[in-house]
Amino acid sequence: MSSEAGTHDQLFHRDDYAKKMGMWLFLFTEVLLFGGLFIVYAVYRFKNHEAFHEGSEELSTLIGTINTVFLLTSSLTVALAITAIQKGRSKRAINLIMVTLVLAFAFLVNKYFEWNVKFEHGLFPGMEHYKMLSNGEAQFFNLYFLMTGLHGIHVIVGGILLLIIAEGIKRGNINQGNYIYLENAGLYWHLVDVIWIYLFPLFYLIT
Amino acid sequence: MAAISVPKEYVNFFDIKKGIASWIFTHDHKRIALLYFYSIVSFFLVAFCLGLLMRLELIAPGRTIMGPQMYNQVFTLHGVIMIFLFIIPGIPAIFGNFILPMTIGAPDVAFPKVNLISFYLYLIGGALALSTLLYGDGPADTGWTFYAPYSVKTGTNVTVAVLAAFILGFSSILTGLNFIVTMHQMRAPGMGWMKMPLFPWALYATAWIQVLATPVIGITLLMIIAERTLGVGLFDPALGGDPVLYQHLFWIYSHPAVYIMVLPAMGIVSEIIPVFAKKSIFGYKVIVYSSLAIAFIGYFVWGHHMFTSGMSAEARIIFSVLTFFVAIPSAIKVFNWISTLYKGSIDIKTPLLYALAFIFLFTIGGLTGLVVGALATDIHVHDTYFVVGHFHFVMFGGAGFAFLGALHFWYPKIWGRMYNMKRANIGFAIFIVGFLILYFPMLVLGIMGMPRRYYDYLPQFTVPNEISTVGSWILAIGLIVIIYNLIAGRKGPKVSHNPWGSVTLDWTHTQSPPTTFNFEEIPEVTRGPYDYSDYQASDEQI
Amino acid sequence: MSEEKNTHVVSSQLNILIWLDLLIFTLITVEVAQFDFMALTVIMALLIATTKSFFVGSYFMHLKFENVLLRWLVIGVICLFVAVLILLFSDYLF
Repeated sequence: MSSEAGTHDQLFHRDDYAKKMGMWLFLFTEVLLFGGLFIVYAVYRFKNHEAFHEGSEELSTLIGTINTVFLLTSSLTVALAITAIQKGRSKRAINLIMVTLVLAFAFLVNKYFEWNVKFEHGLFPGMEHYKMLSNGEAQFFNLYFLMTGLHGIHVIVGGILLLIIAEGIKRGNINQGNYIYLENAGLYWHLVDVIWIYLFPLFYLIT
Repeated sequence: MAAISVPKEYVNFFDIKKGIASWIFTHDHKRIALLYFYSIVSFFLVAFCLGLLMRLELIAPGRTIMGPQMYNQVFTLHGVIMIFLFIIPGIPAIFGNFILPMTIGAPDVAFPKVNLISFYLYLIGGALALSTLLYGDGPADTGWTFYAPYSVKTGTNVTVAVLAAFILGFSSILTGLNFIVTMHQMRAPGMGWMKMPLFPWALYATAWIQVLATPVIGITLLMIIAERTLGVGLFDPALGGDPVLYQHLFWIYSHPAVYIMVLPAMGIVSEIIPVFAKKSIFGYKVIVYSSLAIAFIGYFVWGHHMFTSGMSAEARIIFSVLTFFVAIPSAIKVFNWISTLYKGSIDIKTPLLYALAFIFLFTIGGLTGLVVGALATDIHVHDTYFVVGHFHFVMFGGAGFAFLGALHFWYPKIWGRMYNMKRANIGFAIFIVGFLILYFPMLVLGIMGMPRRYYDYLPQFTVPNEISTVGSWILAIGLIVIIYNLIAGRKGPKVSHNPWGSVTLDWTHTQSPPTTFNFEEIPEVTRGPYDYSDYQASDEQI
Repeated sequence: MSEEKNTHVVSSQLNILIWLDLLIFTLITVEVAQFDFMALTVIMALLIATTKSFFVGSYFMHLKFENVLLRWLVIGVICLFVAVLILLFSDYLF
């Protein structure tokens, strides 16, 4: 076999755009994944408008708003991290990612307390107070736990991804000339943010 | 016909590196395709045997070899394996993986490591699905459709079965994602979209369905798991849930899923016919647009599985009308294939036989689809054997036969040898005769009123059931001949790089078997994909 | 494919500006939720959420500066989801 023609490096080229497109396609699958839950939400809210309002009253608008601000700010810090690495400032990029992770952690802590309050009031499926809820309100809480729970899992996954990326920047594998993986992790993070942007009014702000 | 400079000495992708580790950790799309091939065929054979068992039970009224509970589990597992482990992955994961890069002039897919991951997800999902046989109350007994509320209440291993389907869905998504990026970014220079052959186009349309529809069943199955494990009552009427909503969510994926099954199969037919008619495909652009149209419209017809579920009249009418629309592009393709054959230089070889069988059987299946798609007639045949006949004609007679056609077509490319043509054709003949005897009576039984998923039936249904069961045995004999022939073919005569005389890159510019990266250098494309204008018959004796 | 990357840099300034817009819209959506507009309430909430998402998508996710193909794909997927939702409601609205 010839040594020049047909070799790996001769036939394959680095293609950042392909990686980006691949990430966007993955984001589409996430949109449709959550989309299924939003469909269930739409149907049950349509059928139980009053009950959904009652359910929403049990949630703290203040904590929800604070969490929204945390996530929006974490999106900012990720975007700034990309700007930083584009300008060759790897250290700054790592710091910004750390701030993102702190904000993500704060979000999760809030979520933990919120859920805990629900458990204490017996509002989780199977618990005492839940069993006494009207049907519509039960569906509200089913969806609340499922959707914020699935979202929370994605926050954790996103956080782990960003941690791995930060390590990659530290080692120099991700740098000013090669930062597609940071961009892709950022895209994932922004999607997590966008999902919360919809969850927030749909669960916390039902008048 | 373009000839490649074939160095007499070359190392193919089998020989380049040997040993199990080099296969288990491979990044080569061709090796991954073969890993998929052996796994998928194994699962198919299990499900095939389950089908034979079902037919054995149904040879006579009353209990024959199993009781109703076991029968429910057998048809559920049969469906789960055939759909999630055979037909949905089948053509894309095997032939898509093997052929796609070669036919567009690429050295591999866009994300080879993701490709390997998708295979392992497939294996894990398959193992989980089969594991349900081994413990507790046994495999799920809900039907592959897992309808709530029964799927939530039954004590059989639904949670694991559904988890398996979820993981398999992920595998499917990754395959689709990989193919989309591959086609966007890795076509050879000169191959614009409208110069790409029709098999990749079919895979492209399919890939979009894989990516966009699969997550919906993913989340739906997670909801079933949540109901079973956490007690949330999303689909429980006693808690304000709506079981019909489950059906909506289930079919929002599962209808597009049938296009995941059939679009690649149609791509195979579009690929085979020009080669054996030695003529360019009639209406290339129309076939491209039809494929995309089927994928698109296919998202909006799911309600036709639910006509008797209690949906509103408005919904029923809308879904029925849209269902009739989606039939049109498929019919267009049939006209195009036949027009391609007209005045072509027909070469009756085994792959062509399978392609012709596809057209015949898929047409029957498609026409029976109109019966179930029309509201008034569906009332009569919904949940009867008519539906079972219908979907076996389109899925088995369609996608299944296309699968065999693809196998017989690309066999020499993959393994570098040719099977015995006469024996292959005999196998084909027995197979299709068995198929017709097995499934045609089902259409009759359905009209007569025999319900599906019943392990017993009224005496007046006996004769067609007997005939059908005999058909299953003839089918099995045919399958044995086919498999034996293909295994024996591994020791058959070696072939050149292009024994059929095709003009697509996968044949003209690669060896049989190909090298690891397919090409010595990426070809430059100047002609249309089916340009037989200067075809000259080769001397090669097939 | 080539080794070109999208070298468009979104300045820190622009990023922060977008962030402030997002905070403002968050406040708006909380305020508006005090009033009961009946069926319109959910539509307003969704519109504001969509506006915020538009900002996140266009600037933070860089879509405004990307290849037009990506933009069309995103729009296409959203339209598909909305179409499915509307079609589903043909069963529940009647």
